[in-house]
Amino acid sequence: MCCSSGCAPLGAFKVLKAFEEAVKEFGVERECKVAKTGCVGTCSVGPAVVIEPGDFLYQNVTPETAREIVRDHIVLGLPMKDMLYGNKAFFEKQHRLVLRNAGKIDPSRIQDYIAMGGYSGIVKCLATMTPQGVIYEIATSGLRGRGGAGFPTGQKWGLVARSHDTPKYIVANLDEGDPGVFANRTLAEADPHAILEGMLIAAYAIKAEKGYLYIRSEYPLAIQTLQRAIAQAKSISLLGDNVLDTGFKFDVELRFGAGAFVAGEETAILASVEGRRAMPRPRPPYPANSGLWGKPTLIQNVETLANIPIIIQNGGAWFSKIGTPRCTGTKCFSLTGKTNNPGLIEVPMGITLREVVFDIGGGVPDGRTFKAVLVGGPSGGCLPDTLLELPIDYDSLTRVGAIMGSGGIVVLDDESCMVDTAKFFTEFCVDESCGRCTPCRAGLTRVKEIFDGITTGNSRMEDIATLEKSGVYIRDASLCGLGQTAPNPVLTTLRYFRDEYVEHIRDKTCRAGKCFKKEEEV
Amino acid sequence: MSNDDSRRAMLEKVMKDHGYQESALLEILHKAQELYGYLDKELLMDISGSLNLPPSHVFGVATFYSFFKLKRSGEHVITGCMGTACYVKGADEILKAVEREYNIKRGESTPDGKLSLLVTRCIGACAMAPTIIVDDEVIAKATKEVVLQRIKQVLGGT
Amino acid sequence: MTTATVALKIDGLEVTVSEGTMILKAAKDNGIIIPTLCNLEGLSPYGGCRLCLVEISGSPKLFPACITPVSSGMEVTTQSERLTEYRKMAVQMLLAERTHICSVCVANDHCELQSLANQLGVDHVMFERNWTSLEIDSTHDFLVIDRNRCILCTRCIRVCDEIEGVHTLDLKLRGKDAQVIMDLDEHWGGSCSCTSCRKCAKVCPVGAIYIEGEPVSHTKHKDIAEFITERRQRKWKQ
Repeated sequence: MCCSSGCAPLGAFKVLKAFEEAVKEFGVERECKVAKTGCVGTCSVGPAVVIEPGDFLYQNVTPETAREIVRDHIVLGLPMKDMLYGNKAFFEKQHRLVLRNAGKIDPSRIQDYIAMGGYSGIVKCLATMTPQGVIYEIATSGLRGRGGAGFPTGQKWGLVARSHDTPKYIVANLDEGDPGVFANRTLAEADPHAILEGMLIAAYAIKAEKGYLYIRSEYPLAIQTLQRAIAQAKSISLLGDNVLDTGFKFDVELRFGAGAFVAGEETAILASVEGRRAMPRPRPPYPANSGLWGKPTLIQNVETLANIPIIIQNGGAWFSKIGTPRCTGTKCFSLTGKTNNPGLIEVPMGITLREVVFDIGGGVPDGRTFKAVLVGGPSGGCLPDTLLELPIDYDSLTRVGAIMGSGGIVVLDDESCMVDTAKFFTEFCVDESCGRCTPCRAGLTRVKEIFDGITTGNSRMEDIATLEKSGVYIRDASLCGLGQTAPNPVLTTLRYFRDEYVEHIRDKTCRAGKCFKKEEEV
Repeated sequence: MSNDDSRRAMLEKVMKDHGYQESALLEILHKAQELYGYLDKELLMDISGSLNLPPSHVFGVATFYSFFKLKRSGEHVITGCMGTACYVKGADEILKAVEREYNIKRGESTPDGKLSLLVTRCIGACAMAPTIIVDDEVIAKATKEVVLQRIKQVLGGT
Repeated sequence: MTTATVALKIDGLEVTVSEGTMILKAAKDNGIIIPTLCNLEGLSPYGGCRLCLVEISGSPKLFPACITPVSSGMEVTTQSERLTEYRKMAVQMLLAERTHICSVCVANDHCELQSLANQLGVDHVMFERNWTSLEIDSTHDFLVIDRNRCILCTRCIRVCDEIEGVHTLDLKLRGKDAQVIMDLDEHWGGSCSCTSCRKCAKVCPVGAIYIEGEPVSHTKHKDIAEFITERRQRKWKQ
């Protein structure tokens, strides 16, 4: 029974209680165990319930139907076919590696994680591998950072390992500030130990003794789940001064974000852990040499870390065969917007946008037409139908002006205005800018002001050139990733949807019917 | 022990647990807000002294992060998520409706202090967009009507 | 003890400097001036104004000269059409961001932003200019801060923290809303920590912090941070 932040507001806990009562009522406590699990990914049809064995997925379950399911499916052995989730296509093209345990285990029980092979990775490292050997496996796997930039993970670990200064630190990034993305949240709520084990293996490889797990305050359930997981891991010696009696020391402390998107940037997260304003700083020096309190620090997104245990268990070569040669493995995406199947998905790298939007996503609802797909959140690109054959990998996306980002795919239909979309994302970046550098702080605000003019009929055709020029400057001159990628929505909409800008400025019309509305009409 | 004394004692304990370290400032501010509801200047000065930090540094940190409130919120808090998915599904229209109904702008409270309207950037329930939070209750797949109705209920004291 | 030296090329000129020197200083010591605003000798580099961005051959990226150390064989370009365009963009964005009217400003003719604009040939601003109404604080006996003229270079904050040491000044809020504050965002006149040393006024590149009644040309002292730092290290070389 999914009890994640997605299904919870739809009444998951009431349904859970109904199941427990029904199981008691029909006297099948010994045959049937009712457990809370994490997210299966089919968020729009929650509350979602999985019956094993047989992998039966029930959708939109209510307390009443819960009782019926127990009576018919559990007791009488007759699955209720018309209540099952019928969309095979949603799962067919997915490849759940990072989310391997999501929906299958109770995240509040470390025994469940261990029963699925969890923590065998760190045991293998401690018992049979050297730190260099571990780094070699990760490098062989071809894993690249899942936080957005896609830097080769093995290489990053090597840089920190080579630093001679001590102590060394690991910072796990769960700041997930991209609006519209909930992949990290889901992972933490469904399988917290996967993240902890990833941190343990990384710590062993680079010889760190302390880890900080930075998580946004807006994720209370994930925080609770992680707190419990850390306590449980400590209680059986998987964390602490003497991990599994090997003398290896590693401890994890949670740190809370406080509503700043920029805190997800590598050097900004360091400032935040140090108790300061989350302002990115120029590099060099790089965190690998001088990070937290001037010491070598490895910063890694939690999705990257969740891949580590299975790479160690199955070998880097095994992992390198998934996805594409330059972009190995899988990626979690939050698929939302005007899509028939919003939810959390995990796909092999190299899958096309078309497959994600139409096969997995089931296309656009209500008979409307597909217009654009936004890949990479407010730092990403707005891509038209002509780019649907694009494979999802770091390099292909960068080439068309988008980025992988932390995994947001938003589908838009003909009722969405591309100018308004670019304006929305620009506004977001303006609000979240730290204020340190001129191009982002001063420049992006000018861009936003121009958009205000365009969407209210106060603009000139020259504004298009100004937007283009400013966008390129901000991209090239900004100090950090936020400013460098903030112009992407503007530049891609100018590139692929220029007509809409012209219509807004010259004709004062919005073909989607979104802009130029008077207050009372809203 | 008065309410205030016990809150202060709890805050002191957290500061002590963190060794009064400068790097614990965010954790301390979180706890202080949890205990007092918001961070007023007196509280910030107190923390600055206890952690041995310049007051301007503490103020700078407290105001950098959107989560920290320096003013008392209304009795009831409506938080609208303005993440991409929620925006695409009409969250802005719902917020505008609340603004019109109660004559306040987002980020403000009603003059009688009963209602505050805040905006957050993403709570991560995107497949359930749009989401509006009324006090601690998440309203998923929200509509103008459902949200206004719920606010009326909550203000009516039910 | 001699430090290692590094040989590199700046604008085609072969130069040799100590290891660890920033490109900005390496250039300056060899007669090549790269424009800056937030940088001040004697203070830690900030890397925020982005005026000092230079090109380094072999990379498509731009590098802030104030914070990028030299390396052997590096080939730096400090002047190019692209760099000039970008510097002009930065200046225009700053001029549009807050209220900058030179003719009624105390720093008229003694302003680093103004000189830079003239130098670069910025004769118009391509953006709509903002008329801000941020707080002007003149409660102090003689120090005044007009936040509408502030370009957020943070020289004042850094000199107060690193040279005077009292850290009266810091920033509140973030992004376009960021402002310089004293203590808990209180009036300067009642500050519990300010020593009235005036260094903030001495280092402010524009007319944001100044001394009431004193000509800005008299107040400004760009070398103050470097001067004090060297004297503290017992260096009196003239």
